[in-house]
Amino acid sequence: MKLELIQPFINAADAVLGQSLGCQTRINDITMRPERYRRQGAAAVVNVRGEIEGRIIFDLEHPAADRIAATLSGTAQPQESVEEIICELANLVVGNAVTTLNDQGFRFKVQPPQVHRDVCGTGITEDTEALVMSFETPSGCLFMNIALRYKRAGVAAAD
Amino acid sequence: MQFSALLRASDMAPVRYLIVDDSIFARKNLAKMIESYGGCVAGEAGDGSTALTEYSRIKPDVVLMDITMPQMEGIEAAEKMMLQHPEARIIMVSSVGYQENIVAALQKGARHFVQKPVKPEMLYEVIKYVLGVDCTVAAEATGARP
Repeated sequence: MKLELIQPFINAADAVLGQSLGCQTRINDITMRPERYRRQGAAAVVNVRGEIEGRIIFDLEHPAADRIAATLSGTAQPQESVEEIICELANLVVGNAVTTLNDQGFRFKVQPPQVHRDVCGTGITEDTEALVMSFETPSGCLFMNIALRYKRAGVAAAD
Repeated sequence: MQFSALLRASDMAPVRYLIVDDSIFARKNLAKMIESYGGCVAGEAGDGSTALTEYSRIKPDVVLMDITMPQMEGIEAAEKMMLQHPEARIIMVSSVGYQENIVAALQKGARHFVQKPVKPEMLYEVIKYVLGVDCTVAAEATGARP
């Protein structure tokens, strides 16, 4: 997966988490994962279709998810489900990243975020690698698992 | 941050809003901001087609419309709303803020575009701009915080 695809997601996550949580974030770890992804806690998945296809999973271990949900909702006992709040967080990050990618010339559509309840993520195929990033926030770690592939003719061949 | 209340110039009543977003959490966040502007949430919708029904029912002063939604997306809903209600004042509020989307929304009749995450002070200024002479700014701040 090329850096041009990943960098907008890193920038968007950093900006959105920083603004929404009112804190500094730090990337702990970036790893390629050839095996199927295993969910850690409360998660949301966003699918993208077009010249770039794939999915992005946002995943928070439960204590971190509860704390982040409380911070974002401004109350210790949010009325909305933690999953609902993670979905909106995913929507914000992916929307901002897609904005950058689109302005770079990639054309694709984002589907509304959905709660990701499966223990495993979708299978990784030969032409789709998954990259997992861990963002450290004062409330805990957020994992962003990106599995995207170029569909536009000529782009994949340039890899 | 405190805001001076935005009131309807015609009757000095709170500005009435329709919030359209598939995320309950996003709708609640916007509702909190509207409250801090001294406004009133007249209705909510989770998709474009419900938004059309709700608009006809409540006739709000301002519509805050998300783009990525199930069933009917925001840009299509804005287009249909403008055909049925040319007086509608629609502000698109979306995390997907690329040029093409913004131009499409404005061409369909939306008055403005605000990218998420929404900064309360930014949305306040946009609403004031969109309402123009139809709104007046109260002398005192509302005291509510977004």
